[in-house]
Amino acid sequence: MVQDNGKETTLALKLRVWRQRRGQPGAFEEHSLAAVPTSASFLEMMDMLNEQLIKAGQDTFAFDHDCREGICGMCSMTINGMPHGPLPGVTTCQLHMRNFRDGETITVEPWRARAFPVLKDLAVDRSGFDKVIQSGGFITVRTGSAPEANNIPVPKPVADEAMDAAECIGCGACVASCKNGSAMLFVGAKINHLNILPQGQAERDRRTLAMVKTMDEAGFGNCTNYGECQAHCPKSITLDVIAKLNRDYLRARVKEFFSSTGKPSKGGD
Amino acid sequence: MKLDSKIPAGPLADKWNNHKAKLRLVNPANRRKYHVIVVGSGLAGSAAAASFAEMGYEVSCFCYQDSPRRAHSIAAQGGINAAKNYQNDGDSVRRLFQDTIKGGDYRAREANVYRLAQVSVNIIDQCVAQGVPFAREYGGLLANRSFGGAQVSRTFYARGQTGQQLLIGAYSALSRQIGLGTVKMYTRHEMLDLVLVDGKAKGIVTRDLVTGAIESWSSDVVVVCTGGYGNVFYLSTNAQGCNVTATFRAHRRGAGFANPCYTQIHPTCIPVHGEDQSKLTLMSESLRNDGRVWVPKNAADCAKPAAEIPEDARDYFLERKYPSYGNLAPRDIASRAAKEVCDEGRGVGQLVDGKRLGVYLDFSAAIQRLGESEIRARYGNLFDMYENITGENAYKQPMRIFPAVHYTMGGLWVDYNLQSNIPGLFVGGEANFSDHGANRLGASALMQGLADGYFVLPYTVTDFLAGEKSGSRPSTDAPEFKAVVKDVNDRVAKLLSINGTKSPRYYHKALGKITWEKCGMARDKAGLEGAIRDLQALREDFWKNVKVVGSGDALAPELERAGRVADFLDFGIMMCLDALTREESCGGHFRTEHQDAGEAKRDDAQYAHAAVWQWTGDGQLPARHAEPLVYEETQLSTRSYK
Repeated sequence: MVQDNGKETTLALKLRVWRQRRGQPGAFEEHSLAAVPTSASFLEMMDMLNEQLIKAGQDTFAFDHDCREGICGMCSMTINGMPHGPLPGVTTCQLHMRNFRDGETITVEPWRARAFPVLKDLAVDRSGFDKVIQSGGFITVRTGSAPEANNIPVPKPVADEAMDAAECIGCGACVASCKNGSAMLFVGAKINHLNILPQGQAERDRRTLAMVKTMDEAGFGNCTNYGECQAHCPKSITLDVIAKLNRDYLRARVKEFFSSTGKPSKGGD
Repeated sequence: MKLDSKIPAGPLADKWNNHKAKLRLVNPANRRKYHVIVVGSGLAGSAAAASFAEMGYEVSCFCYQDSPRRAHSIAAQGGINAAKNYQNDGDSVRRLFQDTIKGGDYRAREANVYRLAQVSVNIIDQCVAQGVPFAREYGGLLANRSFGGAQVSRTFYARGQTGQQLLIGAYSALSRQIGLGTVKMYTRHEMLDLVLVDGKAKGIVTRDLVTGAIESWSSDVVVVCTGGYGNVFYLSTNAQGCNVTATFRAHRRGAGFANPCYTQIHPTCIPVHGEDQSKLTLMSESLRNDGRVWVPKNAADCAKPAAEIPEDARDYFLERKYPSYGNLAPRDIASRAAKEVCDEGRGVGQLVDGKRLGVYLDFSAAIQRLGESEIRARYGNLFDMYENITGENAYKQPMRIFPAVHYTMGGLWVDYNLQSNIPGLFVGGEANFSDHGANRLGASALMQGLADGYFVLPYTVTDFLAGEKSGSRPSTDAPEFKAVVKDVNDRVAKLLSINGTKSPRYYHKALGKITWEKCGMARDKAGLEGAIRDLQALREDFWKNVKVVGSGDALAPELERAGRVADFLDFGIMMCLDALTREESCGGHFRTEHQDAGEAKRDDAQYAHAAVWQWTGDGQLPARHAEPLVYEETQLSTRSYK
């Protein structure tokens, strides 16, 4: 932000940043940073800190980031106890320093969750999310086997609702903000996106059962309706996806129970 | 260097079908005996890896991100073109082909572009079947919008995040195969070199970014889909990790690099605000559907708030200069027009280094016509993003925009089969050079990435594999692999041991300053010659004075950046040399010596060719070769959007 006199407003900050090597215990390190422009993004502030560390011959803080425009879902910092920081509906990379005060102490930590082990400093392993998708987060359609696109009309409200869910960027803030380390908002969003579309009906029950099973196996906790995930989701995914996930799961389990013929399963899939 | 484009004979419209009918096949039972390496997991990489695995090949896929879903295709906002003609406005495969060839300023390969237009319709079918939530009309059918460089509405979109939705589609297809065990996915792995055995690409060497382990992987074929090199300019709309290393390492092993000077400057990005900025943010081209671009007529008005400048004191310069396309003029043209008015001193926004580099993108007329809620429905997420970054509300005051580096049309040279001049090395998506000529039209990058991945590579790679004996791939114990692993280890050790005084980011910034000023929106002979000298000096300084902190056996972001910057330095020299030796203006390549009152002046007699560069060794300038572009059905003409 440039003032009328042409000078940029800057902040002096105290930073408490988590330092950890993989498989070892971690601790906070304290650093001071002067002259941070309020127009800088939070990650640009972290870049400045790292450049200062390089000058001093110290190791930089590792953190995940890539697109820096709020869509890749790679950035993942807990800032003053809040995943992605204090602004609602914003990723860390889109958080700008004008939201902080001069002289403030900022605490920066990695995502804290059993299913997201720390790789180094602020970077964590989120491969549990990929495993959930690999188990069922898709519509089976081989390349080249698709019908003409307009042969499958999708009512606009349905398409819009699917799109609302599909906005999830898979960052993991929902898990990091949850006392239980639950991934229900993520899984709910993914299941809602595919389960309400006509294209997704053939595999609906199978998808739901498989993804929930994998979610449990990957070490994510259960949902007890704290609602923290909704408050910290940078894409403002709402809790109703969890309700719908529970509905679809119940539906699939009941159907599974009543469709049993007593014959042993032949597998085949 | 032998450059056989292998364009099939026959009329343009029949080439691909005739060619497909002649490509060799591999028996389904034999396919699992072949190992395919795919590097990169964006639209092209994910689509190719999933398709190969569905066919029955054994596939390994590598990406540097922590999940394949994060590749930078994800950031594309506006849409994807396809010649469906759902709008009944006269679109056709032929029309999409013509628009793309013209948009590329007649520097793309005709046959490739025609094929791209042909398969565009299949892409939409595929994506819809995967569950991509494209925008729809109330009748349930697909909606379209317009994009630059076209007079039809052929762009399919998913709010302001079409790239993420298409990538989730391709990623879900890839994930299905990973779950089935047919694709082995290696995330947080960066390709650091290519391995050739008997002149063919037979594997790669990677660094595991978490453990630092240098590993080699053997395969029957290598498919590189690692995106573009926009970060050679330091500030760009690319993701921080986007880099040229995979393609440049392949280039050093003998692959020709075509047209590196064809870079796209996107007209609608948020202007630069300061020294510590790490990235520029794009505002989707789709905004130009409803936003009007203007600057004050008088330089004296530039410091005033927009609201105080009356209508008759505003210059809607795109509408004035290009009345038939107006605000939807192609990207290169719109960018240059914005630069021109700012150079005249009529730019707006804050002073950075004594200049105002910005123009207004104004939605007030559209808000009056359609209402704020409609504009919010169309572009809400973009307006939110703009406010996050600038602190300004674009519903109340016009956006400020300025051109920024966005996409690179150049890339590894490939033939019609998307195979480089190294047998067994295939290149897809932005990483190759073939389809966009000297300028890419909006919403065509997603189209090309998916076309290559879903509908071209599966056929052409199969043809190559049919000529390779199954089970013949070398062991990673072969001397060729050992030698490359040693090279990679030596380079990593060297970077860690220099222990100089300046950070990798320092060099990246210095590189970007040179390339943006001398090889950006306008280029000239003296500037480019100076840039090459400056880059050579910077390169020398880098290898003496870079300081890389961290260790080789853990996540080491500085080491990653140092390796990428080192390759960008060599690459930057080649890019400037390409710009210097192309003595014409075309598309995104604008040589100030070659113009007609601000419009690009092509020289078809001498430069209707792709320039292909061959690596000649460290510290030496690469050698230039040419592939003539033969136009069988297109009449070359001066591009006009007036």
